[in-house]
Amino acid sequence: MKQSRRNFLKFAGLSAAGLCLAPSVTALASEGGHGKAHEVVNANSLHAKRWAMVIDTRKLNTEEEINALAEVCHHIHNVPTIPTKQNVKWLWEATYAEAFPNQEDNYPSEDVEKRKFPLLCNHCESPSCVRVCPTKATFKRPDGIVAMDYHRCIGCRYCMAACPYGSRSFNFMSPRKYLDMDKINMKFPTRMRGVVEKCNFCVERLAVGEMPACVEKSNGAMTFGDLKDPNSNVRKALRENFTIRRNPAAGTEPGVYYII
Amino acid sequence: MQYGGKIIAGLVIFLGLVSLPFWFNVGGKYEQPKVELPKNAKECVAPIEDMRTSHMKLLDEWRDMALREGKRTYISADGKEYTISLVNTCMQCHNSKKEFCDKCHTAAGVTPYCWDCHVPPKEAK
Repeated sequence: MKQSRRNFLKFAGLSAAGLCLAPSVTALASEGGHGKAHEVVNANSLHAKRWAMVIDTRKLNTEEEINALAEVCHHIHNVPTIPTKQNVKWLWEATYAEAFPNQEDNYPSEDVEKRKFPLLCNHCESPSCVRVCPTKATFKRPDGIVAMDYHRCIGCRYCMAACPYGSRSFNFMSPRKYLDMDKINMKFPTRMRGVVEKCNFCVERLAVGEMPACVEKSNGAMTFGDLKDPNSNVRKALRENFTIRRNPAAGTEPGVYYII
Repeated sequence: MQYGGKIIAGLVIFLGLVSLPFWFNVGGKYEQPKVELPKNAKECVAPIEDMRTSHMKLLDEWRDMALREGKRTYISADGKEYTISLVNTCMQCHNSKKEFCDKCHTAAGVTPYCWDCHVPPKEAK
């Protein structure tokens, strides 16, 4: 057969079209095997438009009580206790002046002056840590929880510099050195050296339908619920009590409220 | 071709040196590592061949799904539900890191850093 330019062009065009189609055909073919396999949200997980916490400091204000909560939190999340400034903390206690430095009175009531306040990540509405994170390792979930993806964290600590509440800790060394590996919570990972960590509002517990560990342990002094739902328990607590939030001037709109 | 002989000889020596590792292994047979399969489970989330070739891809997708999108349940092709969790699901069946994960990873010369954070199940002694 005599090869004409016309025939050659036809053949070239068809081959090019075939090459374009080939990947999508193989993709379709390979999907046949596990095409239906997919990930879904747990059936019994708890949902909210905006998770928030209200802490009643009239009921919960001593060092022992708060340390007991911290112990539970730190145990289930494998948070090490390091006896130096390099300690890692998810939940800790502070005085009024430390917790609310901009809202301090010069002659506070004795009651408030004596109180200790539980501090944790505020899971802000506009979190500055998320804004500065170069790898999007820290991110805000649609339900308002500010979470960490330790797989992505490169340990630059911009988030620590940006957080107005000091809620983040850096793992200067492998936390496993300071954990009793026989007694850790096997169901939760530890962290590795060189990542920043923080309280996660117990997302892993919400995912299976449980309340955060500190809320469960607090005997009703902490309320956890949906801020966007007018009938929720947090809105009820906010309606009935005077509350303040930490460092309102920072403009981050914290999700943790304190009843004074 | 003034230096033809030298150039060709040099090329042959060079190619011989570069392909030395290949010649060393020629004739040797690759043996697939014998991993210990779970005793108490018959099937995995996907066919064995798929898991063997692309479990790393699956795990990579899972970690984003679970952590970033909150999707922590996996429905496999045959409709079974699994909780997405390396330690709480995968390692419940594959309960020996040494006999299952490490054997292949050592043979393939890869060192995934999963275990820097995720806690492998305790090895029976």
